[in-house]
Amino acid sequence: MIAIALTYALGCFGVALLCNLWRLMRGPTVADRILALDTMVINMIALIVLYGIREGGPLTFEAALLFAMTGFVSTVALAKFVLRGNIIE
Amino acid sequence: METAFEILVALLLVVAGTFGLIGSFGLVRLRDAMQRLHAPTKATTIGVGAALVASVIDLYHYRAALTWQELLVAAFLFITAPITALFLARIHMHRSIPRKALPPTGTAQDWATFDARIKDADPDI
Repeated sequence: MIAIALTYALGCFGVALLCNLWRLMRGPTVADRILALDTMVINMIALIVLYGIREGGPLTFEAALLFAMTGFVSTVALAKFVLRGNIIE
Repeated sequence: METAFEILVALLLVVAGTFGLIGSFGLVRLRDAMQRLHAPTKATTIGVGAALVASVIDLYHYRAALTWQELLVAAFLFITAPITALFLARIHMHRSIPRKALPPTGTAQDWATFDARIKDADPDI
């Protein structure tokens, strides 16, 4: 039963990544593109966690935490650059 | 007892996948930029949160090891999601709303995104 639910969740997050990619290419404003990139990072975290459940390894949470940190920092850096033309003032 | 764990983990996984898909589908479907900012917050909180809780329960069930570190990821996402949303709303205000349409701030200072005092202080920036 877990295997079926795991496959369903993996498929859902894969389709979600494709939706984000569509918004990343189409997005009319810069804010849409940054939001799509941030959501892609979050969906990738979910995919890493689901892969950890499937493989049964306890190490994947470190990869997920690193992904969350770099995703947040890159989103804030992009937003600061768009807002002020500079990242560290 | 074994099936109870399995049902719980499977239910959490289904909830996680459904909410993740709903959040990203809303990102495609909704019309306005600020409406689109609202949609992926569900994927962040419930989607990833349910996947992490499922991972904790699954590891506890199969390895008999209670790993609380995975909740760190959820805590980090819960802390950083409002900051990201604030920055994106400021980008929307800065670039998509006309300067005259914004209400007055009520103080001597301008809106923070339009504040030009740093430019005056240092012409290089």
